[in-house]
Amino acid sequence: MSLALDINNLNFRYAEQTKNCLQGFSLQVATGERFGLFGPNGAGKTTLMHILTGLISFNEGSIKLLDNELKNKKKSLNNLFGFVPQDFSFYQELSPIENLNFFGAWCGLSKTEIKKRSEELLETLNLTDVRNKPVAKFSGGMKRRVNLAIGVLNNPPILFLDEPTVGVDIQTRHAIIDYLKQLNQNGTTLFYTSHQLHEAESLCTKITLIDEGKLIACDNLSNLLTQHKASNLEELFLTLTGKAYRDSHV
Amino acid sequence: MFKLWAAILKDVKILVRDKIGLTFMFAMPIFLVLVITSLQSSTFELVNENKVPLLVCNKDTGAASRQLIQALEKVGMFNLLATTQNLNGQQVSDTMHKQNALMALVIPVSFSTKIAAKAKDVSEKALNDFGVKEKEGDQNTDSLYNILFYYHPVLQASYRQSIQGAIRSSLQLVESKQILQTLYFALNEKKLPESLENKIINNQITIQEIPVSKDGSKTIPNATQHNIPAWTIFAMFFIVTSLGSNLVKEKLSGSFIRLKILPTNYLVALVSKQITYMAVCLIQVLVIFSIGIWLFPLIGLPALNIPNDIFALIIVSVICAWCAVSYAQCIGVFAQTQEQANGFGAVSVVLLAAIGGILVPSFAMPHSFQFLLKFSPMYWCLESYYSLFLERGGLHDVLKNILPLFIMAIVLQIITLLRLKKKNLI
Repeated sequence: MSLALDINNLNFRYAEQTKNCLQGFSLQVATGERFGLFGPNGAGKTTLMHILTGLISFNEGSIKLLDNELKNKKKSLNNLFGFVPQDFSFYQELSPIENLNFFGAWCGLSKTEIKKRSEELLETLNLTDVRNKPVAKFSGGMKRRVNLAIGVLNNPPILFLDEPTVGVDIQTRHAIIDYLKQLNQNGTTLFYTSHQLHEAESLCTKITLIDEGKLIACDNLSNLLTQHKASNLEELFLTLTGKAYRDSHV
Repeated sequence: MFKLWAAILKDVKILVRDKIGLTFMFAMPIFLVLVITSLQSSTFELVNENKVPLLVCNKDTGAASRQLIQALEKVGMFNLLATTQNLNGQQVSDTMHKQNALMALVIPVSFSTKIAAKAKDVSEKALNDFGVKEKEGDQNTDSLYNILFYYHPVLQASYRQSIQGAIRSSLQLVESKQILQTLYFALNEKKLPESLENKIINNQITIQEIPVSKDGSKTIPNATQHNIPAWTIFAMFFIVTSLGSNLVKEKLSGSFIRLKILPTNYLVALVSKQITYMAVCLIQVLVIFSIGIWLFPLIGLPALNIPNDIFALIIVSVICAWCAVSYAQCIGVFAQTQEQANGFGAVSVVLLAAIGGILVPSFAMPHSFQFLLKFSPMYWCLESYYSLFLERGGLHDVLKNILPLFIMAIVLQIITLLRLKKKNLI
């Protein structure tokens, strides 16, 4: 089994904190998997996602992306993955096609590749009619689709998704999830994190729960439900992480 | 190169779609240049062409006070408003308000008598020194009379000084005339002939103004030649409010996350912004200079005379633009919020303009500021432009000014890069 992602004994602590945010964290994600990472607020999901995408540098441990050691800030590895952040990561003043043209060039794609991929993505994500309109005027759902289009523009082997469907209507959510499944069928490994547990049940082939920087469960959904005698992912989540607030301190 | 081109296209599109920002970048300096040149041009006219209303309260009945009034009329800069003789200080002030006079001159009661006494005393001393006649007695005539000069507080000290200078010169003329007449009478026992008096008194020497220029031209600089370069520099540096906040906005927006994870160095984004905003600065230069050349004469303002060395003008403009953009970029990289970039950026540009000689001429600054102004990039920009516009110099004349400017831009670039390096952005 080839690994898309291989994390070993990862430790990370923010400069201003005394406690490690990720403690001896290890995780393997097979290529072609639809991997879901879940946990309460402050569990370390976003930190892990930022380390994996190179936004922050890690202190100890090792990370391999498709067998490539993720040294701190090595830009050449950035073409191995795409990232769909929770925040809208594009220029609101520009149209979808202008955003795709700019980010395509910065991904290292040629003019022809950008044109071809942009047409495909605009068509698939139903943005063709608004391709030349400024994104600032779009609805939340349309913006999410633009965010996704830019994230997958370079056909990445691994796609990191941080809450890709937050704040969208049911139709858009279904369209996005269907598109992600389609991407996965075409060979993209998905690394997904969200609080939409119902959505995760239908999308993820493997589930990982983390809390306080440590991995607390990792298997496919049915095995986890059987093992912890839970009827769904939400019940499993509450069983393993408890019901206490996690973000009551700053 | 394709990445840089894509970034430039993106930056240009974002800039062009920000209509308010664009208006601010172009309309503000044009408005400033128009207003300030009009104001300075009218001040120049006020001093040189329009007559200043001067209320004269002549309490004296003798000839000397009439001569003084005539001399003041001859100066040509006053519109003399006569008033009744016996006014006290309060009444003078009231009359000034009524007649819209900014100044008033009160000639004391025995002005002519005292001028005559002084003339007699001086001529006796002179004759005594020549051995022609023995002096009858010593009189202290040093402060025999005081002329009162009232002024509206709105008048600035420099303007008051020039008015007082004109009044003193008229007084000097009256005194000299009286002394000459007395002396002539004592020697010849007859009245000084008018023709001789005019020949002696009236100044035959004229002062010819010759502006210093490198090319030998004698074009007299006007308010436009001073203001257009100065306010163009100010406009270029004021781009800090746009570029600085644009950088902060990008840093705080989601798009920055994507810029950081893409396989392209953030340095490309910075170079793109530098090119885009330098182009904006150069368009500002082109627009403001064009307004000076073609629009100003249509609205009654003096036209801008373009320097002889156009190549030098382009080089100076490009380096000024680069320095302005480097400054704005440095502010943008350090600022944490748009408010910080806008607030600090705008205030610092006004300060740099003040110490750089844009708001107050550098030669009029106190000694300590003469040293400080060399740290303002605007000073070097202004010196370069003045060398071209006012002294009609060429590239070799401005090299000594653009070199410090170039060094300042390099230092700002290095500071920016060190900050980005510290933040792991490059």
